[in-house]
Amino acid sequence: MNRRLLLGWAAAITLLGLMPAARAEEPPIRIGMSMPQTGGLAGGGKASLLGIEIWRDDINARGGLLGRKVELVVYDDKSSASETPAIYAKLLDIDKVDLLFAPYATVPTAPIMPLVKQRGLLLMGNFSFQVNSKVHHDMWFNNAPWGPADSWATGFLTLGQKAGGKTMALLSADQEFAQNLATTARDVAKKLDLNVVFDQAYPPSLAEFSSIVRAMNATKPDIVFVASYPPDSAAILRAVNEIGVGDNVRIFGGAMVGLQFAAVMENLGSLMNGVVNFNTWLPEPSMYFDGTKEFFETYSKRAVEAKVDPLGYYLAPYGYAMGQMVEAAANATKSLDQKGLAKYLHENTMQTIVGPITFAENGEWKESSTLEAQFRGVKDKNVDQFRSPGKQVILFPDRLKTGDLITPFEKARE
Amino acid sequence: MFSIDLLRDAVVLGVLLGCFYAAVSIGLSISFGLLDVPQVAHPAFLVLASYGVYLLNDRYDIDPLLAGLMLAPLFFALGIITYRIYYETFERRGSDAAVRGIAFFFGVAFIIEVLIIVQFGVDQRSVTAPYIGKAWRFGDLRIPIRQLVAFAVAMGLTVLLAAYLSKTFMGRAIRAVAQDEEGLRLMGADPIRVKQVAFGIATAVVAVAGALLIVVAPVEPTLDRVYIGRTFCVVVMAGLGSISGTLIAAIILGVAESIVLTLFGASWAPAISFALLLGVLAVRPQGLLGR
Repeated sequence: MNRRLLLGWAAAITLLGLMPAARAEEPPIRIGMSMPQTGGLAGGGKASLLGIEIWRDDINARGGLLGRKVELVVYDDKSSASETPAIYAKLLDIDKVDLLFAPYATVPTAPIMPLVKQRGLLLMGNFSFQVNSKVHHDMWFNNAPWGPADSWATGFLTLGQKAGGKTMALLSADQEFAQNLATTARDVAKKLDLNVVFDQAYPPSLAEFSSIVRAMNATKPDIVFVASYPPDSAAILRAVNEIGVGDNVRIFGGAMVGLQFAAVMENLGSLMNGVVNFNTWLPEPSMYFDGTKEFFETYSKRAVEAKVDPLGYYLAPYGYAMGQMVEAAANATKSLDQKGLAKYLHENTMQTIVGPITFAENGEWKESSTLEAQFRGVKDKNVDQFRSPGKQVILFPDRLKTGDLITPFEKARE
Repeated sequence: MFSIDLLRDAVVLGVLLGCFYAAVSIGLSISFGLLDVPQVAHPAFLVLASYGVYLLNDRYDIDPLLAGLMLAPLFFALGIITYRIYYETFERRGSDAAVRGIAFFFGVAFIIEVLIIVQFGVDQRSVTAPYIGKAWRFGDLRIPIRQLVAFAVAMGLTVLLAAYLSKTFMGRAIRAVAQDEEGLRLMGADPIRVKQVAFGIATAVVAVAGALLIVVAPVEPTLDRVYIGRTFCVVVMAGLGSISGTLIAAIILGVAESIVLTLFGASWAPAISFALLLGVLAVRPQGLLGR
């Protein structure tokens, strides 16, 4: 081997040795988002973020996305709609992030929709409700199982009608999210030919619901659809437990926010028995997909350290799934080009830990997977009971169903 | 839908609701009504007391009302310290103390809110007691027992405070400092010390009221914002510094709110307190039983 050849080999080996280092030095892929860390949405926001962080750690352990490490740039939006436009402008113009995830919930997300549409950016939504219905952004993908807008009310009211319900009471919080649901509930009731005998929107500052429950009982409804926020949900259930609703009520619940979170569930305990309410993931046999079990094993450990919802059923697996969808799109297109990613997300079904996800043209899930489940046999002050199947039996949709409705409501409460 | 039964239920539940409003407002009636201290942190102290009660109930299984009583001495000391800081930094420095004092107490409220979030997180908390979640039945009327507890506590607090303010030396001194601080000074008493004790008593009462707050409904760190308008409304409508007026104003408010909720629709309920306040002030600018 002559000297020149030897030098050539040495140079080649050195270069090869340097290549992984050079690759490791590639800048990370930065995903920017705001997330409610304080304020009314913080409980959900923190759990959602932990789900996304678990995905980040998993993908980084597997060598990163497109060979680059993934880094999250996260700001607290204080659960406020007024904070998010400035935060997302900063993420784009100063932090120069590569991709955007939306904050948890409708209210903080709505104000950033015009910004992302104007700049032609991909936005992965995070449990918003109908924020794209007027904006019509074609690069919006709502990571939430709602599907068509009326799916919440359809599932619940169909169950009520099958149980013999003919009249409906509607009690809703006087806030945007609950009012959107109330509107769809009225529409679905009309389609199903249900007579709405009580329809009240209560103010967010209301502390005591005994009077409202008494007034509602006077109208003798068969179905009671409630669209409420966490503090109200607890107060309503307490009032219902004390005042009662009568044997005429076939089904009670529907859209009570809060009954998905461990702290509220632990506090309310047996008061929830019989309530049929929406959820997004439950530890029922029909809800396990590739990676679901492993995700919750990791989540349970990290939730204790992070002091977030110890169950994390409602949001955390969807945070992970959001990362999985971006990962699938980036790997398939071998790029971070936002138009290319959006095209892939529109045209393909992604396999995730919450099941296969296909998007409709408007960026919502093509098929609703919003669960309506009935609380059964719940005891007081025991959060671990909710880790076992059977405490929240899935009644709707049919493809995920694990049991039948127990009715009337007063009997189901026993 | 109107019926006599519904109206009767609305009035009964309204009286009980009003007594709860009285219990959470009565401390403010002393600090703001009698002492003219712009205590906008009053609802934040209420929520703080609720979390203290939650801690004692959750960890040691202590009854919420007993826990509130146990916290009262601690809150008395907290009230004295808070007033002292307010006095040294604002009140003694001039006539615009009230305006600057509002900023001080808003700051205190935010600090309390953040401390609660850091310590307990953002989730709502509730307590357990034999009287929570049950109701007494009178014919077809069901009355939540927790509301009866609020009724009893409000009555007890009103009678005790009214007796204290009229029968004891310190109580009369507190009334005197509210009427003529300079006169009290000329009598050889220290008005600042008297106000300090009065503020301590007002804050100690908040500890008991905080127990009621978490007995009646679950609490979360930002709940103070819900009660700030309602408590000030009750105190101003009552007539500044009138303890019995506070009870009467709160019951009027509770009954009006309950009737509106039952018969006219929940959306109108928030407007009731301020509509009543404006109505009362138009007829009696000094409030129902004002000095």
